[in-house]
Amino acid sequence: MALEKPYADIPGTTVFDAEQSRKGYWLNQFCMSLMKPENRDRFKAGERAYLDEWKMTEEQKQAVLARDLNRCIELGGNIYFLSKIGATDGKSFQQMAGSMTGMTEQEYRDMMIRGGRKIQGNRRIGEDGDAQRPRKDA
Amino acid sequence: MARITASLYTSHIPAVGAAFDLGKTREDYWKPVFAGYDFDKPWMKAHKPDVIVAVYNDHATAFSLAMIPTFAIMTGPEFNPADEGYGARPVPTIISDPELASHIASEVIQQDFDLTMVNEIDVDHGLTVPLSCVFGEVEEWPCKIIPFAVNVVQHPVPSGARCFALGQAIGRAIMSYPDDINVHIWGTGGMSHQLQGPRAGLINKEWDNKFLDRLIDDPTGLSKTPNIEYVREAGSEGIELVMWLVARGAMADVVAGGPKPKVAHRFYHVPASNTAVGHLILENAA
Repeated sequence: MALEKPYADIPGTTVFDAEQSRKGYWLNQFCMSLMKPENRDRFKAGERAYLDEWKMTEEQKQAVLARDLNRCIELGGNIYFLSKIGATDGKSFQQMAGSMTGMTEQEYRDMMIRGGRKIQGNRRIGEDGDAQRPRKDA
Repeated sequence: MARITASLYTSHIPAVGAAFDLGKTREDYWKPVFAGYDFDKPWMKAHKPDVIVAVYNDHATAFSLAMIPTFAIMTGPEFNPADEGYGARPVPTIISDPELASHIASEVIQQDFDLTMVNEIDVDHGLTVPLSCVFGEVEEWPCKIIPFAVNVVQHPVPSGARCFALGQAIGRAIMSYPDDINVHIWGTGGMSHQLQGPRAGLINKEWDNKFLDRLIDDPTGLSKTPNIEYVREAGSEGIELVMWLVARGAMADVVAGGPKPKVAHRFYHVPASNTAVGHLILENAA
């Protein structure tokens, strides 16, 4: 029986469920390896060669090389794992989160200071909120 | 016998830990966040616990996809702050109470909660940021701390109802411990936030404040909130709030037929980085 996903209708959101976790197993474990300084150094010295040591799909490797976090998440990545790439790049969590919204870093920071993204229009796909686009399937 | 005298609830935002460690607590952006914890320092001195049972979650730090336990109680003697990729936080080692932890593990497992017992683990910002907020800069933590981890990263995560029932089991376990000690129980994480996708940055102030109201006055009703509502209304990472129900379940009105707890302190602020900060202290009647 397929997983029931009552959260599939939430816009701009991918829930890290058992199916995503299975898809993203090696992608996320690659991210975990960046917790060790020697691995961060090896990755920075040759990203492609380091990625090729992992049983990741080509799409996953391309998404990491492009630092396309939305794509990484679509391919099974989880933000807490992917944040290790950001830490390796010297990025803050706010910079990482903002990078997935289509906003500039300053725009995202300003939105948070104004009280964050509104829930109105962003509960379900098809409403008129600001998180409806850009979507992965757009 | 051991007594649970209070519960404490707080967000555990990593950027708050970074601001604390880098000495930015008086900057305009961070000042109102840390001001929300000024109350705690004198209150903690007046209500000093012997042990804190601190419910938190690991954020892909110690638990990778190699294994993620749903509920894990730390039964070892001490735990170091983890290096999460930016270097370990310069905060004291957590000294635990392994005897009480083992007692809780044993009693709670016999109440049909299948806990994982962990003796060796580094603890991440989920645990250390609340400690810094509440106690400030200290040479050592002023009491023993038993970390208790809940999986809120890999779905399905345990429901609010399950967490609330777990809190009751922990409460009964603590109350059956023979030593005359003062125990606090903490729930951490939240409040509304989403760190991923085009909906990142979501904050739901109205929902958060209703959650605080109901946590105080109607915890049993609140515990029935399905996980999908947390994710939809409070953001994908807002699901961490189920951990607050563990702490609430251990309070006297829920677990021992006692009176409603007293609200000692309540605080809410937006934003800290990507997140809404919530903080609450509830006292059991003496």
